[in-house]
Amino acid sequence: MSHRYSKSGRLIDENREISFTFNGKTLRGFKGDTLASALLANDQMLVGRSFKYHRPRGIVASGTEEPNALVNMGEGARFEPNQRATTTELFDGLVARSQNHWPTLDFDVGGINASLSRLLPAGFYYKMFMYPRAFWKHVYEPFIRQSAGLGQAPKEADADTYEHFHAFTDVLVIGGGVAGLVAARSAAETGARVLVLEQSAHWGGRGPVDGGRIDDRPVDNFVETLVSDLSARANVTLRTRCMGAGVYDHGYALGYERLTDHAPDINGPRHRLWRIRAKQIITATGAIERPLAFAGNDVPGVMLASAMRDYLVNYGVAPGQRIIVATNNDDAYRTAIELKKAGLDVLRILDARETGGGALMNQARQLGIRIDCGRAIAKVSGGKRVRKVQICAQIGAGGALEEVGCDAVAMSGGWSPAVHLWSHCGGKLLWDDTHAHFRPDPERPLIGADGKGFVLPAGSANGILSLDGIVPDAIQTGREAAKAAGFRLRKAPEFAVVQNSEAPLEPVWLMPQEARVGLRTKAWLDFQNDVKVSDVQLAAQEGYESVEHTKRYTTLGMATDQGKLSNINGLATLANALGAPIPAVGTTTFRPPYAPISMGAIAGEARGSVFQPLRRTPMHEWHRQHNAEWEPVGHWRRPYAYPRTGETTHDAVMREVSNTRQKVGLLDASTLGKILVKGPDAGKFLDMLYTNMMSTLKPGKCRYGLMCSENGFLIDDGVVARIDDDTFLCHTTTGGADRIHAHMEEWLQTEWWDWKVYTANLTEQFAQIAVVGPKARELLDKMGGMDLSADSFKFMEWQDGQIGDFTARVFRISFSGELSFEIAVPASQGLAFWSELMKAGQGLGVMPYGTEALHIMRAEKGFIMIGDETDGTVIPQDLGLNWAISKKKEDYLGKRAQQRDHMTDPTRWKLVGLETLDGSVLPDGAYAVAEGTNANGQRNTQGRVTSTYHSPTLSKGIAMGLVLHGPDRMDEVLEFPGTDGKTYQARIVDPVFYDKDGEKQNV
Amino acid sequence: MSETISALNNAGYSGLVRIDETGLQGMITLRGDLSLTTVKKVATTASGATFPGQRQITVSDTGALAWMSPDELLILCPYEEVSDRLAKMTKTLGNTNALAVDVSDARAIFAISGEDARDVMAKLCPVDLHPEVFKPGEIRRTRLAQIAAAIWMEDDDNFRLICFRSVAQYAYDVLKVAAAAGSAAGFHAAQDPV
Repeated sequence: MSHRYSKSGRLIDENREISFTFNGKTLRGFKGDTLASALLANDQMLVGRSFKYHRPRGIVASGTEEPNALVNMGEGARFEPNQRATTTELFDGLVARSQNHWPTLDFDVGGINASLSRLLPAGFYYKMFMYPRAFWKHVYEPFIRQSAGLGQAPKEADADTYEHFHAFTDVLVIGGGVAGLVAARSAAETGARVLVLEQSAHWGGRGPVDGGRIDDRPVDNFVETLVSDLSARANVTLRTRCMGAGVYDHGYALGYERLTDHAPDINGPRHRLWRIRAKQIITATGAIERPLAFAGNDVPGVMLASAMRDYLVNYGVAPGQRIIVATNNDDAYRTAIELKKAGLDVLRILDARETGGGALMNQARQLGIRIDCGRAIAKVSGGKRVRKVQICAQIGAGGALEEVGCDAVAMSGGWSPAVHLWSHCGGKLLWDDTHAHFRPDPERPLIGADGKGFVLPAGSANGILSLDGIVPDAIQTGREAAKAAGFRLRKAPEFAVVQNSEAPLEPVWLMPQEARVGLRTKAWLDFQNDVKVSDVQLAAQEGYESVEHTKRYTTLGMATDQGKLSNINGLATLANALGAPIPAVGTTTFRPPYAPISMGAIAGEARGSVFQPLRRTPMHEWHRQHNAEWEPVGHWRRPYAYPRTGETTHDAVMREVSNTRQKVGLLDASTLGKILVKGPDAGKFLDMLYTNMMSTLKPGKCRYGLMCSENGFLIDDGVVARIDDDTFLCHTTTGGADRIHAHMEEWLQTEWWDWKVYTANLTEQFAQIAVVGPKARELLDKMGGMDLSADSFKFMEWQDGQIGDFTARVFRISFSGELSFEIAVPASQGLAFWSELMKAGQGLGVMPYGTEALHIMRAEKGFIMIGDETDGTVIPQDLGLNWAISKKKEDYLGKRAQQRDHMTDPTRWKLVGLETLDGSVLPDGAYAVAEGTNANGQRNTQGRVTSTYHSPTLSKGIAMGLVLHGPDRMDEVLEFPGTDGKTYQARIVDPVFYDKDGEKQNV
Repeated sequence: MSETISALNNAGYSGLVRIDETGLQGMITLRGDLSLTTVKKVATTASGATFPGQRQITVSDTGALAWMSPDELLILCPYEEVSDRLAKMTKTLGNTNALAVDVSDARAIFAISGEDARDVMAKLCPVDLHPEVFKPGEIRRTRLAQIAAAIWMEDDDNFRLICFRSVAQYAYDVLKVAAAAGSAAGFHAAQDPV
């Protein structure tokens, strides 16, 4: 059984016992435990079920690479699935539940998949669910959805907060093990700013557990001194619980800091996403031990040798009492030695190498451990935990020589450098035959803007596995990084290192080498996704030669652990099956993040009230207090209507239209874009931007204009006012303000850079209020000030003046067809001005109106709306706006495009008015059907609705639409099938429904 | 003149740092060829400050002058003096090809002050705020989370921030989130020159 054999683990505080629950059962652990070590201490070997076969699974690893021990963590608003027990620090009251089982962890119905495993080979899903096609929707998809996913989705909104942090540094060191710290020290010596990230809560990485001496001290003691030295330096920042998640172009890197996962009671953000710009990045990310592929290597109790050592040394926890160690290298002997020292029974070391290992082997032998060389595990037996091991020769098919009862197995297949971060952004790898692993190729780094590499691997991440090599490599790497970041080197630090030398490993990709099929189908490569040696071999047999294809076909390495344990074993298996050398097969692509990071960290502060910026006009608060129903327009919120008590939104809109047409209404038009264009070439510039002639406009006058893209399509419209000879004020649509300003700047900066024009976006400088309706002048006269009479202030003019106490710029323009003044005052006076207008208009029946009333009134007048009548494919000619296209101008943006065949095609749909025969409202976007069907068997169409409303003025439905030969087909009736099953009949009419002669606006 | 109010009417908050919307601030945008003597003269006269270098802001008793882009400057002055100063600028500029315009009401301005100010700003602005890199006299046009902003330092612990008026509430709210209790990042404070 797994148990706590000692309370003197390096990382636990034996005086602080804490309790937690696992599947509802209360268990005890110590401060400093991980959830994994605490589970093992409580003999909880079984921690989950595998994804496909629902096999019982135990803890395999001690760090980020753990594939099995994923749990549902927390409850309610703090619930989160797929949390790794090995990287979860234990805290009092922690609640965890195992995943992917039904009804219980101990008895799982899905486990029946395991006995059907021969029927669920690689590519099963692709093969099975292809045919018959009709089964997909009703049979296969529901089945797959049911079995997909490991943890549960959270049901409540996350209770925690998150944030981002932008950090800049000369040298970023990822990994706080011996290599990372030594490299940091060496770089810091030059004066460079150094930021060191360590994913765990502790410095030193594997060093303190793996032994050796640096500077004549044990490694943990050396690390402690080094950390205090670094902490005292002002140019060094050290962060634990902060994982280097990704490396991107231009020295950009992400760090994922877990601030309160270990102590949820702490106030403040749970995670912080570090968005780092570094001149140089050192990846000191260590190496990951590989499992051995033998039958039953997934039975709970089979563990990586290094992980078993970690649990022993760091937490005083042993996964069993009678243990067998299987290895192809010297490192696993360290585990055997620690086990023996802890008083546990090491039954055998099975060393696949015929000649065994070096000094460590001798040390183990001296401790009385039995060592069998050239031996292998044929098979591990046991259901929910290891019961016995069959031992065989490594060279052979697995004929058992011996069977030994035991309760745990430590395995080591060698070490693979954690090259993920090096590779994220394109760093290439080379195959190292000596260590049988891929390591960073110094000749082919990821390249920065200067054409030079900006990532330097150090220590075991660089393929150097012994301490006496790691330390000098780290010193050198730190110096190289600082130098590349522009710092002058001083004397390098020196540390003397003592470590046992090791005998070379022997690559073992399958144990035993010629394992028979029955064993291969139980030899796991990917524990989380249930991919076995036989699956990869089958893929190769079926013609999958590319490692990327094999990955997707077998799902090898596609689980949440992204194949940290399985990748190298898997591709070596593929290479063997293909008879190709490993480097020729290559690796799959390493992509960020290194390990999963929370969605909260990615979102950062952007949630709740600051999810997105809302733009507010100066009168926003007034609208809110007057029950405005909001319409999002870009980031703005504009009042859609102002419903009164007991009134529906529709009723409110009808009332607002009628009141404006009969009396007077106020519209907050502040959101409309206002771009000042000034310079001797301003007129020439605007002649190019607009389809009509703007240079002939007289100061004091306004003109409606259209803007097209180079491709001829209508992109914006609005009224241009000429302020003086050199200055124009261009009004844009609300959504167009920033876009059109950018459009202007682009042309000025890239094409017409020698034209003397400057622009300024003054949209927010002014509150703009439209005073609209037959009593508009009367209302403004009540305020007092400038002369607004028809004779002295004509339609399509503008004037500066005083209205009441306000300095205002007044535009006599109309988007409603009524008498209308649009008045701009400084934004800081907008609210006061609006309030004064409301007061002055009280006796006249003034009411505010919203965007829907605005839309209806413009539609009654047949005015187009950018975004309704246009959708990026519409040209002004389609809309009957030829009158606004200058024939005199040699050129304007879009002119050439509008002469192309397709643009002059007489069959382009053209704008018309539409009037239903029964007065109902046409559905928005509805299509007019034509005779026959198209190639897809759909009804042919001959037009569509672009705007449609109920007009309170005309007491019927009115609409605009684009129709084939529309203007030539007046009075024809078209049919528009609605999605409600009804077919609407509408007559083609003139789009101007109201006051065709424009008398109302011109009084 | 009628009642004038700034975007947030001098709202304030105390968290890790002090955040204040500091009310109406006169601002004049000047676009033109910054190498022209007339343009330089107009800018320095209107602001009372010396001509700034690239990404610099210079301060006078009654205003400041900020470099905004290779052809744009921002003049800060008391809100009440904008029209006078602008009129003088326009007159001096005469026929010079340039644009000077009042943008005071288009903007909101905040003060962010306290020992943690650099760290709070670093949560929202992708700018190297190391004390030896970003000092008083520097100005950055950058972003504050999701909005455009310009920031500079009045002294070692005090930032000034300009954003558009319509998003002042967002700026204030997001600054408050970044300054929430318990969220100290301890990055720049630890890097202060010893």
